[in-house]
Amino acid sequence: MQIIQTLEAEQMKKELPEFGPGDTVRAWLKVVEGGKERLQAFEGVCITRNRRGGLRETITLRKISHGVGVERTVLIHSPRVDKLEVVRRGIVRRARLFYLRDKVGKDARVKERRN
Amino acid sequence: MKAILGKKIGMTQVFDPTGNAVPVTVLEVGPCPVIQRKTEEKDGYKAVQLGYEEIGEARAKKVINGPRRGQFKKHGKPVFRYLKEVRVDNLEAFGDEVTVNIFDGITKVDVIGTSKGKGFQGTMKRHNFGGGPRTHGSKVHRRPASTGTTQMGSLPGMRKPGQMGNARVTALGLTVVRLDAERNLLLVKGSVPGPNGRLITVRESGRK
Repeated sequence: MQIIQTLEAEQMKKELPEFGPGDTVRAWLKVVEGGKERLQAFEGVCITRNRRGGLRETITLRKISHGVGVERTVLIHSPRVDKLEVVRRGIVRRARLFYLRDKVGKDARVKERRN
Repeated sequence: MKAILGKKIGMTQVFDPTGNAVPVTVLEVGPCPVIQRKTEEKDGYKAVQLGYEEIGEARAKKVINGPRRGQFKKHGKPVFRYLKEVRVDNLEAFGDEVTVNIFDGITKVDVIGTSKGKGFQGTMKRHNFGGGPRTHGSKVHRRPASTGTTQMGSLPGMRKPGQMGNARVTALGLTVVRLDAERNLLLVKGSVPGPNGRLITVRESGRK
Protein backbone atom coordinates (compact mmCIF):
# COMPACT_ATOMS: atom_id res chain seq x y z
CA MET A 1 0.00 0.00 0.00
CA GLN A 2 3.07 2.15 -0.03
CA ILE A 3 3.27 2.21 -3.80
CA ILE A 4 3.55 5.97 -4.22
CA GLN A 5 6.09 6.25 -1.44
CA THR A 6 8.23 3.50 -2.97
CA LEU A 7 8.07 5.09 -6.40
CA GLU A 8 9.10 8.43 -4.99
CA ALA A 9 11.87 6.99 -2.87
CA GLU A 10 13.43 5.49 -5.98
CA GLN A 11 13.86 8.90 -7.51
CA MET A 12 14.93 10.78 -4.43
CA LYS A 13 18.49 11.83 -3.83
CA LYS A 14 20.11 9.90 -1.09
CA GLU A 15 22.84 12.31 -0.19
CA LEU A 16 21.58 15.74 0.56
CA PRO A 17 23.20 18.06 3.08
CA GLU A 18 21.21 18.84 6.15
CA PHE A 19 19.95 22.39 6.16
CA GLY A 20 16.94 24.46 7.01
CA PRO A 21 15.54 27.95 6.88
CA GLY A 22 18.11 30.64 7.60
CA ASP A 23 21.00 28.71 6.09
CA THR A 24 22.73 30.09 3.02
CA VAL A 25 22.72 27.46 0.30
CA ARG A 26 24.47 27.28 -3.04
CA ALA A 27 22.53 25.32 -5.62
CA TRP A 28 24.31 24.09 -8.71
CA LEU A 29 21.74 24.01 -11.47
CA LYS A 30 22.12 22.46 -14.88
CA VAL A 31 21.23 24.95 -17.57
CA VAL A 32 21.06 24.28 -21.27
CA GLU A 33 22.42 27.19 -23.24
CA GLY A 34 22.98 27.11 -26.99
CA GLY A 35 22.72 23.34 -27.08
CA LYS A 36 25.34 22.97 -24.41
CA GLU A 37 24.82 22.08 -20.79
CA ARG A 38 26.67 23.85 -18.04
CA LEU A 39 26.38 24.38 -14.31
CA GLN A 40 25.13 27.60 -12.86
CA ALA A 41 25.24 28.42 -9.18
CA PHE A 42 22.53 30.21 -7.31
CA GLU A 43 23.45 31.18 -3.81
CA GLY A 44 20.94 32.58 -1.39
CA VAL A 45 19.32 32.34 2.01
CA CYS A 46 16.89 29.48 2.32
CA ILE A 47 13.69 31.23 3.38
CA THR A 48 11.43 28.20 3.41
CA ARG A 49 11.54 24.49 2.97
CA ASN A 50 8.33 23.30 1.44
CA ARG A 51 7.88 19.73 2.55
CA ARG A 52 5.14 18.80 0.15
CA GLY A 53 6.22 15.31 0.89
CA GLY A 54 9.05 13.20 -0.41
CA LEU A 55 9.98 13.82 -3.97
CA ARG A 56 8.12 17.06 -4.38
CA GLU A 57 10.01 18.93 -1.72
CA THR A 58 11.19 22.39 -2.73
CA ILE A 59 13.23 25.16 -1.13
CA THR A 60 13.09 28.87 -1.81
CA LEU A 61 16.39 30.70 -1.99
CA ARG A 62 16.54 34.47 -1.74
CA LYS A 63 19.41 36.73 -2.59
CA ILE A 64 19.94 40.39 -3.37
CA SER A 65 21.31 40.72 -6.86
CA HIS A 66 22.39 44.20 -8.02
CA GLY A 67 20.10 45.71 -5.42
CA VAL A 68 17.10 43.68 -6.50
CA GLY A 69 15.69 40.85 -4.43
CA VAL A 70 15.66 37.58 -6.39
CA GLU A 71 13.98 34.39 -5.27
CA ARG A 72 14.30 31.00 -6.84
CA THR A 73 12.36 27.88 -6.00
CA VAL A 74 14.49 24.77 -6.26
CA LEU A 75 12.99 21.31 -6.64
CA ILE A 76 15.70 19.66 -4.63
CA HIS A 77 15.28 16.10 -5.89
CA SER A 78 15.27 17.13 -9.55
CA PRO A 79 18.04 15.71 -11.72
CA ARG A 80 18.51 19.24 -13.03
CA VAL A 81 19.88 20.19 -9.63
CA ASP A 82 23.41 18.88 -9.60
CA LYS A 83 24.44 19.64 -6.07
CA LEU A 84 23.46 21.59 -3.00
CA GLU A 85 26.07 23.12 -0.71
CA VAL A 86 25.55 24.74 2.63
CA VAL A 87 27.62 27.91 2.67
CA ARG A 88 26.63 29.36 6.00
CA ARG A 89 24.43 28.40 8.92
CA GLY A 90 22.03 30.95 10.30
CA ILE A 91 20.17 31.52 13.52
CA VAL A 92 16.47 32.00 12.97
CA ARG A 93 13.42 31.59 15.14
CA ARG A 94 10.83 30.65 12.58
CA ALA A 95 10.35 28.24 9.71
CA ARG A 96 9.27 30.74 7.05
CA LEU A 97 11.49 33.78 6.67
CA PHE A 98 9.10 35.80 4.52
CA TYR A 99 9.74 38.85 6.68
CA LEU A 100 13.08 39.20 4.91
CA ARG A 101 11.18 40.40 1.83
CA ASP A 102 10.18 43.57 3.61
CA LYS A 103 13.66 44.28 4.92
CA VAL A 104 16.42 46.15 3.13
CA GLY A 105 20.13 46.48 3.74
CA LYS A 106 21.42 45.56 7.16
CA ASP A 107 18.00 44.44 8.42
CA ALA A 108 17.79 41.78 5.76
CA ARG A 109 20.62 39.74 7.22
CA VAL A 110 20.46 36.49 9.12
CA LYS A 111 22.75 36.07 12.10
CA GLU A 112 25.37 33.39 11.63
CA ARG A 113 25.49 30.31 13.81
CA ARG A 114 28.98 29.33 14.89
CA ASN A 115 29.85 26.13 16.66
CA MET B 1 -8.93 -3.82 -28.44
CA LYS B 2 -6.74 -4.39 -25.44
CA ALA B 3 -8.25 -3.77 -22.04
CA ILE B 4 -7.58 -4.54 -18.41
CA LEU B 5 -8.99 -3.74 -14.98
CA GLY B 6 -7.12 -1.94 -12.26
CA LYS B 7 -7.17 0.51 -9.46
CA LYS B 8 -6.20 4.16 -9.20
CA ILE B 9 -3.44 4.48 -6.64
CA GLY B 10 -2.78 8.20 -6.69
CA MET B 11 -0.77 10.95 -8.25
CA THR B 12 2.88 11.92 -8.04
CA GLN B 13 5.55 13.11 -10.42
CA VAL B 14 8.43 11.47 -12.23
CA PHE B 15 11.39 12.95 -14.05
CA ASP B 16 11.80 12.39 -17.77
CA PRO B 17 15.24 11.87 -19.36
CA THR B 18 15.73 15.62 -19.81
CA GLY B 19 14.97 16.20 -16.16
CA ASN B 20 11.50 17.67 -16.52
CA ALA B 21 9.00 16.74 -13.85
CA VAL B 22 6.01 14.97 -15.41
CA PRO B 23 2.71 14.75 -13.47
CA VAL B 24 1.55 11.14 -13.44
CA THR B 25 -1.25 9.00 -12.09
CA VAL B 26 -0.15 5.65 -10.75
CA LEU B 27 -2.46 2.80 -11.72
CA GLU B 28 -2.22 -0.72 -10.40
CA VAL B 29 -3.53 -2.95 -13.18
CA GLY B 30 -4.06 -6.65 -13.25
CA PRO B 31 -3.29 -9.41 -13.23
CA CYS B 32 -6.79 -10.16 -14.44
CA PRO B 33 -7.82 -13.73 -15.21
CA VAL B 34 -10.24 -14.26 -18.06
CA ILE B 35 -13.32 -15.71 -16.39
CA GLN B 36 -15.57 -16.10 -19.39
CA ARG B 37 -15.48 -15.56 -23.14
CA LYS B 38 -18.42 -14.39 -25.16
CA THR B 39 -18.31 -15.63 -28.68
CA GLU B 40 -19.97 -14.58 -31.89
CA GLU B 41 -21.58 -18.00 -32.35
CA LYS B 42 -22.97 -18.39 -28.88
CA ASP B 43 -23.61 -14.88 -27.66
CA GLY B 44 -23.74 -12.84 -30.83
CA TYR B 45 -20.80 -10.62 -29.89
CA LYS B 46 -17.22 -10.93 -28.78
CA ALA B 47 -16.15 -10.02 -25.28
CA VAL B 48 -14.16 -11.26 -22.32
CA GLN B 49 -15.08 -11.10 -18.67
CA LEU B 50 -12.18 -10.10 -16.50
CA GLY B 51 -11.79 -10.54 -12.77
CA TYR B 52 -9.72 -8.34 -10.56
CA GLU B 53 -8.56 -8.53 -6.96
CA GLU B 54 -8.81 -12.06 -5.66
CA ILE B 55 -10.45 -12.46 -2.29
CA GLY B 56 -10.36 -15.37 0.11
CA GLU B 57 -13.31 -17.70 0.52
CA ALA B 58 -14.38 -16.53 3.95
CA ARG B 59 -14.29 -12.88 2.93
CA ALA B 60 -15.95 -13.62 -0.39
CA LYS B 61 -18.99 -15.04 1.38
CA LYS B 62 -19.49 -11.69 3.03
CA VAL B 63 -18.87 -9.28 0.20
CA ILE B 64 -19.88 -11.15 -2.94
CA ASN B 65 -23.39 -12.50 -3.32
CA GLY B 66 -24.21 -16.11 -4.05
CA PRO B 67 -25.08 -15.94 -7.77
CA ARG B 68 -21.88 -14.03 -8.49
CA ARG B 69 -19.81 -16.53 -6.54
CA GLY B 70 -21.48 -19.31 -8.51
CA GLN B 71 -20.32 -17.69 -11.73
CA PHE B 72 -16.72 -17.94 -10.63
CA LYS B 73 -17.24 -21.51 -9.43
CA LYS B 74 -18.71 -22.55 -12.76
CA HIS B 75 -15.51 -21.58 -14.50
CA GLY B 76 -13.35 -23.11 -11.80
CA LYS B 77 -11.81 -19.85 -10.67
CA PRO B 78 -11.37 -18.31 -7.22
CA VAL B 79 -13.65 -15.42 -6.33
CA PHE B 80 -12.65 -11.91 -7.38
CA ARG B 81 -13.96 -8.66 -5.99
CA TYR B 82 -14.59 -7.17 -9.39
CA LEU B 83 -15.94 -8.76 -12.54
CA LYS B 84 -16.30 -6.75 -15.68
CA GLU B 85 -16.93 -7.47 -19.31
CA VAL B 86 -14.99 -5.75 -22.05
CA ARG B 87 -15.72 -5.89 -25.77
CA VAL B 88 -12.85 -7.19 -27.84
CA ASP B 89 -12.38 -7.78 -31.54
CA ASN B 90 -9.89 -10.61 -31.27
CA LEU B 91 -10.57 -13.28 -28.69
CA GLU B 92 -7.38 -15.20 -29.49
CA ALA B 93 -5.31 -12.29 -28.20
CA PHE B 94 -6.50 -13.08 -24.69
CA GLY B 95 -4.96 -15.99 -22.86
CA ASP B 96 -5.90 -17.19 -19.43
CA GLU B 97 -4.65 -14.09 -17.74
CA VAL B 98 -4.21 -10.46 -18.71
CA THR B 99 -1.34 -8.44 -17.24
CA VAL B 100 0.12 -4.97 -17.75
CA ASN B 101 2.33 -6.43 -20.43
CA ILE B 102 -0.46 -6.16 -22.98
CA PHE B 103 0.34 -2.44 -23.06
CA ASP B 104 3.97 -3.07 -23.88
CA GLY B 105 4.85 -0.77 -26.74
CA ILE B 106 1.58 1.14 -26.57
CA THR B 107 1.93 4.89 -26.06
CA LYS B 108 -1.64 6.05 -25.55
CA VAL B 109 -4.39 4.60 -23.38
CA ASP B 110 -7.91 5.56 -22.32
CA VAL B 111 -8.88 5.25 -18.70
CA ILE B 112 -12.52 4.66 -17.81
CA GLY B 113 -13.65 5.29 -14.27
CA THR B 114 -16.40 6.64 -12.07
CA SER B 115 -15.90 10.27 -11.14
CA LYS B 116 -15.99 11.53 -7.58
CA GLY B 117 -19.56 12.18 -6.46
CA LYS B 118 -20.36 15.82 -5.78
CA GLY B 119 -23.96 15.31 -4.70
CA PHE B 120 -26.86 17.51 -5.79
CA GLN B 121 -25.35 20.67 -7.20
CA GLY B 122 -26.67 23.91 -8.62
CA THR B 123 -26.18 25.15 -12.14
CA MET B 124 -23.18 27.34 -11.31
CA LYS B 125 -21.06 24.43 -10.19
CA ARG B 126 -22.60 21.80 -12.41
CA HIS B 127 -22.85 23.64 -15.72
CA ASN B 128 -20.65 26.69 -15.19
CA PHE B 129 -23.58 29.12 -15.31
CA GLY B 130 -22.75 32.71 -14.50
CA GLY B 131 -25.38 33.32 -11.85
CA GLY B 132 -27.11 36.62 -11.25
CA PRO B 133 -25.91 39.88 -9.70
CA ARG B 134 -24.95 39.54 -6.05
CA THR B 135 -26.23 42.96 -4.96
CA HIS B 136 -28.36 45.90 -6.18
CA GLY B 137 -31.58 44.28 -5.02
CA SER B 138 -31.01 41.14 -7.04
CA LYS B 139 -32.84 38.00 -6.00
CA VAL B 140 -31.24 35.63 -8.49
CA HIS B 141 -27.84 35.14 -6.87
CA ARG B 142 -27.05 31.56 -7.79
CA ARG B 143 -30.29 30.64 -9.49
CA PRO B 144 -30.51 29.26 -13.01
CA ALA B 145 -32.88 32.11 -14.03
CA SER B 146 -35.05 31.65 -17.10
CA THR B 147 -35.36 28.22 -18.64
CA GLY B 148 -37.17 29.41 -21.75
CA THR B 149 -40.65 28.54 -22.99
CA THR B 150 -43.82 28.92 -20.94
CA GLN B 151 -45.98 26.65 -23.08
CA MET B 152 -44.69 23.21 -22.30
CA GLY B 153 -42.59 23.42 -19.18
CA SER B 154 -38.86 23.42 -19.81
CA LEU B 155 -37.47 21.67 -22.84
CA PRO B 156 -35.76 18.29 -22.60
CA GLY B 157 -32.02 18.59 -22.19
CA MET B 158 -32.26 21.93 -20.39
CA ARG B 159 -29.33 22.17 -18.01
CA LYS B 160 -30.57 22.28 -14.45
CA PRO B 161 -29.43 21.50 -10.91
CA GLY B 162 -29.01 17.83 -10.09
CA GLN B 163 -26.63 15.03 -9.24
CA MET B 164 -23.08 15.86 -10.23
CA GLY B 165 -20.26 13.37 -10.45
CA ASN B 166 -20.41 9.67 -9.59
CA ALA B 167 -20.85 8.99 -13.28
CA ARG B 168 -18.84 7.09 -15.84
CA VAL B 169 -16.06 9.26 -17.26
CA THR B 170 -13.45 8.33 -19.85
CA ALA B 171 -10.11 10.08 -19.94
CA LEU B 172 -8.99 9.80 -23.56
CA GLY B 173 -5.53 9.54 -25.00
CA LEU B 174 -3.34 9.54 -21.92
CA THR B 175 0.36 9.02 -22.54
CA VAL B 176 1.92 5.97 -20.95
CA VAL B 177 4.95 7.21 -19.07
CA ARG B 178 6.14 3.97 -17.57
CA LEU B 179 5.17 0.33 -17.43
CA ASP B 180 6.32 -1.70 -14.47
CA ALA B 181 5.56 -5.35 -15.09
CA GLU B 182 7.12 -6.47 -11.83
CA ARG B 183 4.76 -4.47 -9.68
CA ASN B 184 1.85 -4.42 -12.15
CA LEU B 185 2.00 -0.65 -12.37
CA LEU B 186 1.14 1.68 -15.18
CA LEU B 187 2.04 5.35 -14.98
CA VAL B 188 0.03 7.65 -17.19
CA LYS B 189 0.50 11.35 -17.71
CA GLY B 190 -2.19 13.55 -16.25
CA SER B 191 -5.24 12.86 -14.13
CA VAL B 192 -7.73 10.04 -14.12
CA PRO B 193 -11.38 10.19 -13.01
CA GLY B 194 -12.36 9.11 -9.50
CA PRO B 195 -10.84 8.92 -6.05
CA ASN B 196 -7.79 6.89 -5.15
CA GLY B 197 -8.51 3.20 -4.77
CA ARG B 198 -11.45 3.06 -7.16
CA LEU B 199 -11.78 0.50 -9.92
CA ILE B 200 -10.79 1.66 -13.38
CA THR B 201 -10.65 0.11 -16.81
CA VAL B 202 -7.66 0.82 -19.00
CA ARG B 203 -7.84 0.23 -22.73
CA GLU B 204 -5.70 0.92 -25.72
CA SER B 205 -6.54 4.32 -27.11
CA GLY B 206 -7.69 5.01 -30.62
CA ARG B 207 -5.99 8.38 -30.39
CA LYS B 208 -2.49 8.98 -31.54
